[in-house]
Parts: sequence; C-alpha cells; structure tokens
Amino acid sequence: MNAPAIIRGWLDERLDLDELTGPLKSKTVPQHRHSHWYYLGGITLFLFAIQVITGLLLLLYYRPSTKEAYESVQFITNRVQFGWLVRSLHSWSANLMIFVAFAHMFSVAFLRAYRKPRELTWITGMVLLLLCLGFGFSGYLLPWNTLSFFATKVGTEVAGLMPVVGHPIKVFIRGGEDIGPPTLSRFFALHVVVLPGLIMGMLGLHLLLVQKFGMSEPPSVEKEWDKLPETRREVKFFPNFFLRDAMAWCGVLALLLVLAALRPSELGTKADPFASAPAGIRPEWYFLAQFQTLRLLPAHIWLFDGELVGVLGFSLAGGVWFALPFLERYLGKNSTLWVRVIAVVAIAYLGSLTLYAYFAK
Amino acid sequence: MRVSSLSLTLFLLLPVSAAAQESRVHTVAGEFAADIHSKKGMGCESCHTGVTQADIQNPASSSKFVIKRERIPQLCGSCHADVNRIKQLDPQAKLRSDQLELYRTSAHGIKFTHGDPRVAVCTDCHSTHTIRPSSDPLSSVHPMNVAKTCERCHADADYMKPYHVATDQFAGYTASVHHEAMVAAGDLSAPTCTTCHGSHGAAPAGLKAAADVCITCHVQQAKFFEESPHKEAFALLAAPSCITCHTSHLIQHPDDAFVGTGAHAVCSDCHSKADPAGKAADGIHERFQRLKSEIAGAKTVIDRAQLAGMDVEAAQFQLAQATGALAKARVTVHTARLARVDAEVAEGTKIAAAALADGEAALKERDHRRKSVILPLFAIAALMVSLGAYLRAIEETEVAD
Repeated sequence: MNAPAIIRGWLDERLDLDELTGPLKSKTVPQHRHSHWYYLGGITLFLFAIQVITGLLLLLYYRPSTKEAYESVQFITNRVQFGWLVRSLHSWSANLMIFVAFAHMFSVAFLRAYRKPRELTWITGMVLLLLCLGFGFSGYLLPWNTLSFFATKVGTEVAGLMPVVGHPIKVFIRGGEDIGPPTLSRFFALHVVVLPGLIMGMLGLHLLLVQKFGMSEPPSVEKEWDKLPETRREVKFFPNFFLRDAMAWCGVLALLLVLAALRPSELGTKADPFASAPAGIRPEWYFLAQFQTLRLLPAHIWLFDGELVGVLGFSLAGGVWFALPFLERYLGKNSTLWVRVIAVVAIAYLGSLTLYAYFAK
Repeated sequence: MRVSSLSLTLFLLLPVSAAAQESRVHTVAGEFAADIHSKKGMGCESCHTGVTQADIQNPASSSKFVIKRERIPQLCGSCHADVNRIKQLDPQAKLRSDQLELYRTSAHGIKFTHGDPRVAVCTDCHSTHTIRPSSDPLSSVHPMNVAKTCERCHADADYMKPYHVATDQFAGYTASVHHEAMVAAGDLSAPTCTTCHGSHGAAPAGLKAAADVCITCHVQQAKFFEESPHKEAFALLAAPSCITCHTSHLIQHPDDAFVGTGAHAVCSDCHSKADPAGKAADGIHERFQRLKSEIAGAKTVIDRAQLAGMDVEAAQFQLAQATGALAKARVTVHTARLARVDAEVAEGTKIAAAALADGEAALKERDHRRKSVILPLFAIAALMVSLGAYLRAIEETEVAD
C-alpha cells in the first residue's frame, strides 16, 4: 500500500471521511445560460485568499508608526526579494476583489438570487462588501504617503458630516481631531485584527448559507424547468464546478501577475501633516462616485447643508438596497423589471460619477 | 486719497447745516474708530487743535476743523518726529521718528517745500481718518497695497503732466516678476515701489540709488557683476548696473533667450554675433540649452521608471541637484565669462548623466521584474490547460456512463 492510501486509511478510521465529504460529493450546481455568474463569488473568495497571504507576508516587514510606516513600505518595495510583487499583488487583488464583489452583488440582484429563502445570504453578502470597503479604506492609509494621508483626511471628513454622531465618529476613527499617529495605529488595528475577525465570521456564515441553500436558479430558468423538467441540467460541484472555478482562479491570478508587473504600486512621497493638500486629491476609485456627488451638490439644499443631504441620501439608498429582499414584494407584479431598472440606474450612477471624478480637473 | 483729502478740506470750509454736520461727525467718528491713533487713545483735538466737544455738534464751528494742506507734514511730524512722544506711544520703539526728516529729502518733500501743494503729503498715502499700521492688510501702505497707493497719482497722465515723468511704472510693475512674487505667491518681502524708491526719503536708508536695492536680495549676481568686465564698461558708459539688462519696473523672469545674440537677447544690444563677446554670449546660451536638454532627457527616463513603480528617489535627488547646477550656472552668467559658466555647466552635466544612469538602471530593473513573471504565467497557463483537459476527460466519462 502506498503512503497516501495509508494516510487516508488512518484519517478515515478516525474521522469517517466519507461522511464528511458526502455533502460535497452530492452537491450539484444548476447548469444554464446564466451559470457563468456563479463564478464571481468564488473569484471574490480567491482574491480574498490572496489578500490574506500577501497581507501576512507584508506584515513580516511593515511597521505601524508614522515614523517608520513609509520607510518600511519603501524597504518592502525596494529591498525585500519580490517585495514589490507581494505589495503590488496585495494592492491589485484588493482593487479587483472590491470590483468583483460589486459585480457579484449586481449579478445576484439581476438574477434575483436573494429571494426567499436566501435573504440572509444577501444580507451577509452585503455586510461582506461593506467590510471589504472598510479593508480598502483602512489599508489605503497604511503606507503613510501624501496621497493616502490626504485621501483619508477627505474620507474621514465625510464621516464627520453625519448629523449628531458625525463628529464623535470622526474623532473616534481619527483618534483625535486630526489625522496623526493615533489614526495610523487605529487603521492598522482595524485592518489586521478587527476587520479580519469580522470578515472571517461573516464569510463563514455566508458560505454556510450558500452550502445550505445551494445556487439559486434565475426565475426565468426556474419557469422553463418547471414546464419541461427533462431540460433541467446540473453538474456536480466537486470536481466539475470546482475545476471550472479553479480555472477561473488561474485566469485571475495570471491577470494579477500581469497587472503587478506592468503597473506595480507606486509609493509617492512620505505624508507631511503640515503640508498643504496637493491639487486633485481624491479617494480610491470605489468611493469616487460618492465623493464626486458631494462635490457637485450645492452648499445648501433648501434649509439643509448640501453635503449632509448627500450623506443622508447615500445612507437611505444603501439601506433600501440592503433591504431589497424584503422590499421586493411591495414592487408588485413587475418586481423583476423594477429591480433591474434600479440596478441599471445604480450601475449607471456609480459608473458615470466614478469616470467623471476620475477625469474631472 | 489725493482727491478725497482735498475735497474734505473744501467740504469743511463750506458752511454746513446742523444735520449735515451731525452726519459728517458720525461718518468721521465711524472711520476714526478703526484708526491707529484712536486705538492709542487720541481724539479729534489731537490734530484739530483747539476744537472742543461743543464744536463737534455746532455747524458754525466747522471751519475750526480745517487743517491746511501745507501744515500736514509739520502737524504729523509734531508727534512722529518727536522721539520722546513716539516712545511714549510705542514703548517697544517699533516706530521710527525720522519720517519728516526723510520726507524733506524726497522728491515729494523738496517740491512741497518749494510750494507745490500737488505733491504727496502724509495723508495722501496714509489716509486721513483711517490710518492703520503698515502691517495691517487693510492699510494703504501695507506691502500688498503700496503699488496701488502710488498708482493713484503716478499712473495719472494728466496729473503727472507738469512733472514730465513717465506714468507707465505701475503697468510695468504689475506685469513684473516682483509683483507676481508679491501678489501670486504672497511674498510680502518681494519688492514694491517703496522697496527701491524709499517710503519717506528719496532712497531706502543706506542706499544711494534705487538700482542699488537689487543687490540686497540678489547678492550673488551682484558679486559676479563686480568681477565681470561689464562693471568697468557700464561705468564708462554711465549705464546703471542691473537696470541696463533687466529694466526697472517691467522686470521679467530672465530666461535663457536673454543671453546670446538672438532676437530676444539683451547682449545683442551692445554685442554683435561676430565680436568675441558676442561669441562668448552665444557659447553661454548654447551650454544652457545643452544642460537643460540633458536634464529634460534624464527626467523623461526617471518619470517613466517612477510610473512603473520603481524607486527613483536617488535619481530624483540627482535631478534636483543638476537643476540646481543649471540655476547656479545661470547666476554665473553675471560674470560674463564663458569659462566660469562652463565649469558650472560641466558640474550639472556630470550630475544629470548620473541621474540618467540611475533612471536607466531603474528601467532595466523594471524590465527584469516584468520578465520574472513570464515563467509563472506559463506555469499558470499550463495548469489551466491541464485542469481543462482533466475536466473534459471527467465529463466525457460521465456522458459515456
């Protein structure tokens, strides 16, 4: 008997591997014309895994203090063997992860995969997206360069616009009235301890729910299959779907390598809290739409501060989107059409404002 | 200011009604509240000697407020030329007490002494009832506002006609590098009218001529000029040092086209292309262009490397040093000696070459990094193909089953 068989036999005797892997073997995935959207969740998970691995490698050298943060990232980029690659992979995979997470969210909305009994899967997914944005926001400051410093300043100012709780929240995030050493310590703790803890729990719950309910079939496909049950097609999750997932991951990994090699992350200059903000400062691309909206709003809308109205508007829109599975029933017979219209408007708004902010002087 | 102070005098000379007198009192009282003299505890009677509180309300007393124009310098000087009085008002002694003495040496003061009432007196520049310290941005003599104050008379061609002086100084100054530094960059130490012409006296303290002021900031240029053959030549021609090449009010950013015998070169005012000095000037111009192009070339390479995420900090530092060497070489042009400029340019060329080498090394490293991912990419592609082949094999078996 060869070594793997001996090990398997030893484990099987103690853990009953067949019972453990049974659900995995029996799990199936519907196969239809919209099946390709199913891969987005797996790709997001894969990118998250790259984040964890590259993040751990960066932690070996990163020093979270305003005196040393920039220099340590400089050291990683220029002196550590393949440090530039690890840092660039971390940065590019973070951006791609948020992009794919958004795409995953909209695909779920378009296919109405959030319907009963998957409301909690949608909610946990939305919380995961917010946590990803939190990762992006907190991680952006860590290199302590000019761009990240002032972008964080702008971002935390936006948090301070909230009525009543805005100022205390801003002071809590910053660790004081201004961005400084306490802000970096807090963002570091948030990025490597608090958010990873939260995301692990939420991700576990999300995957458990996905495992419990399986992949949702789009309403149109469901109708067709109900009419003609013989046309129903499914593939085994393991190994068929998993192998396709793995091929997609390989493609994403190749894309990451190309991006990291052709456009590695720049470091810029060290942040100087006493310097004036450079022209054209703006947050990361995933906050650009909101940032540009606040810039375009007039100073006052009726009796209220324009930016406050903007922030409240984002909160309201986000809340409605969050509660989509519960509000859908109020949209009547044409709920599919309405949800699609809302999703298209949201994509058009986010896309156009992001591009406008990117190219605006 | 000139018009307002004259009209105020005329206004006060006219008999006025009680209501008009009261309104006038309110206006002046409002203005005077912001005046430095008011803040120091002085009242109307300090200048309008002999008036009482009752006179302020009495229209019949309006003539008592009149201060004749010819009395103004002396009236202001009664305090401002009195050291003891000034020390009493300003214990830290920041205020000078020689303004009246200096005024008498100025063109304004000399003409005024000779009976010309149209020239500026204290109130024309400092205002009458809203006098503020020169450090106050609202003051008419704050550095930001001085040129505007002088312009009121000196840009008025009709008013200046009897004096046969140019009236384009303000237009020139506002288009100059000094005005740009003052207004655009907010540098209050940048020159304005009084920096060169003096505020009260004929010239700034310790200087014989306005042109001498340049050297107070442009020290190195002046030192090099002293060493140049131009010093003697300019003296023989009775040409003023700096102004001959740079003009007086419309002083522009000097660029490399200034040097040489080209269309915009100031050297060509005296030198032809063929004479040895003209050739040297063209040589200096050519060296500036060469170093500038070397720096630009290095910068292009370094920028490309930076965009590719490479560490170019050292190269950028060298680039800054090369740019500094070019600036130094441009100052050395005041020696009017090609060899001196050559030495500075050679230093800049050496540094620019080192910066370029660093930039090229960074680009090489970038290429190396790019190549280093080719092998992993092939490995990933091979894995993808293998997974695909394995999946197809499984699915074919499933179909067959």
